[in-house]
Amino acid sequence: MLVLRKFAKDRPAVFGLAVVLAVVFVAVFASQLAPYPGDVSASHLLRRLKPPSWAHPFGTDNLGRDIFSRVVLGTRGALTIAVMVVGTSMLIGVPLGLIGGYYQGWGSEAIMRITDMFLAVPQLILALALAQLMTPSLESAMLALTLTYWPFFTRIVYAETRRLKASLFVDALQCIGASSPRILFLHILPNCISPIIVRATIGMGFTILVAAVLGFLGMGATPPDPDWGLAISESRQYLPDAWWFSTFPGLAIFLTVLGFNLLGDGLRDIVDPRLRRSR
Amino acid sequence: MLRFILRRALLAIPSLFGLLVLTFFLIRVVPADPAAALAGENATPAQVAEIRRQYGLDRPLHEQFVVYLGQVARFEFGESAYSRRPVALDIKQRLPATLELTVSALLLATLLGIPLGTIAAVYHNRWPDTLLRVLSVAGVAIAAFWFAIELQLLFAMDLGWFPLRGRMSSGLAAPPAVTGFLLLDSLIAGRLDAFRDALHHLVLPAVTLSLGGIATIARFTRAGVLETLQKDFVLYERAQGFPSRALIWRFVLKNSVVAAITQIGLLFGALIAGAVVVETIFDWPGIGFYTVQAILTADYKVMLAVTLLIGVIYAAVNILVDLVHGLIDPRLREQL
Repeated sequence: MLVLRKFAKDRPAVFGLAVVLAVVFVAVFASQLAPYPGDVSASHLLRRLKPPSWAHPFGTDNLGRDIFSRVVLGTRGALTIAVMVVGTSMLIGVPLGLIGGYYQGWGSEAIMRITDMFLAVPQLILALALAQLMTPSLESAMLALTLTYWPFFTRIVYAETRRLKASLFVDALQCIGASSPRILFLHILPNCISPIIVRATIGMGFTILVAAVLGFLGMGATPPDPDWGLAISESRQYLPDAWWFSTFPGLAIFLTVLGFNLLGDGLRDIVDPRLRRSR
Repeated sequence: MLRFILRRALLAIPSLFGLLVLTFFLIRVVPADPAAALAGENATPAQVAEIRRQYGLDRPLHEQFVVYLGQVARFEFGESAYSRRPVALDIKQRLPATLELTVSALLLATLLGIPLGTIAAVYHNRWPDTLLRVLSVAGVAIAAFWFAIELQLLFAMDLGWFPLRGRMSSGLAAPPAVTGFLLLDSLIAGRLDAFRDALHHLVLPAVTLSLGGIATIARFTRAGVLETLQKDFVLYERAQGFPSRALIWRFVLKNSVVAAITQIGLLFGALIAGAVVVETIFDWPGIGFYTVQAILTADYKVMLAVTLLIGVIYAAVNILVDLVHGLIDPRLREQL
């Protein structure tokens, strides 16, 4: 309860939570909320590149499609990518971090060296390199992003496990003969859940951003997907006349990522007592 | 100090070796048939077989890896399929453009980020702090490619204050290349017109690239200053009646920038990666633009060389950051 009250006082974090909930709502009910749900693939050349109006609040694009509908429908894709990438990275990274931190020996050493190897290359470059090795599609983009994001979870869980391993309750568990998997998954894992959640929240925003870059560079979503990054890339030929074409999808990316980042920041302040002191 | 430098440099070797293994896997193992990929789409089976033999792709993996190490050590990355020139030469010519852009962005981010972070810490939990917190989170949340396009839209297309793309106006003769940095070269040649033109072209890309950096540096400076402000020596100086402004800008800041310097170092790597996007949008003739062209034309040799280059820059910057730390705080030297 104390935690909830503390969170409620943190206005930017509450704003972030509201944005995230709104984005999730829009994603779930996208086909109901979009005024022209058929505009995913349909084209209406007669009304191409129309500025914002009552009928088309965000204007229309080069194929006469309603940009508002496409931004709304794009929410689903962006969130799906983020959930899939962060979820899979967690499934890979967390167990590796637990094992690497708890056991000693060449196996753990190998896990951590491989993790460091992945962390030594800038994520965007690695994702680009991976994405171009496969044929451009949403699936390859997701795979590339997952392969570059799991080491972050391994690093965090590793550090937490190392710390917890030295604590008294783990000693006690070992003394009463609890098995290692039991200690790891039932006792150590719950204790490092908060940094994992913080990392996952920030990772959601980050993934949406990098996925948009991949889409923009033509290495992610393919036409006619209502992808935000792809839309901005398509809009470049029609500037400066069709300013609305690039502006609104970009605002959608910005607001979504902002929501996740503010929420993640607020959660971190609650979770990490070291930072709480300095605030 | 020398021992510290040596030990720190030795620590970088495993991660660099890891990078080599990783790139090797990317090029030789991940694609189903690297020979076919190298040969291109229209190659006949005989041509693919020829390439497989020529590149030694029919030999065992560990032998291929040794050959690969030798090539990297001699900077032999082959010829780019896109520019039809040796990759090493292309990189040599394009690297200064990228460095000019990233260093400018880093400078801008530092010059703005440190004062902003300090102000936020001084006005802790009051409106300048809240404003900066929201702005810094927003700065990281903006997609750089979108921000760049919006800047172009407003300042280049609508207002016409800045040029839309490129490093220099096409009508202007470039100064003789000495360093490859246009700003420096034009000053060396005494060409003020070229200097002004190059600076003019640099503004929008550098601002775009520095955005995330300003936010990050401001956040870490703020945290550092807040922590230092709680130290006893600050209380003591205050009690002595030391002027607050001088105290903060001279003593507190000096004691708080360690974390921010780490971030400046790490940012340099991130900025080089970010340059990929910014250079594409502003047609900046650097490594990033080159990388995207390579990706779009499936130019494996270029991709490999660029990934290695960026990895090496990353490692070098990390070493440099630790060295600077060692200089600022002698206690850290003992830990390594």
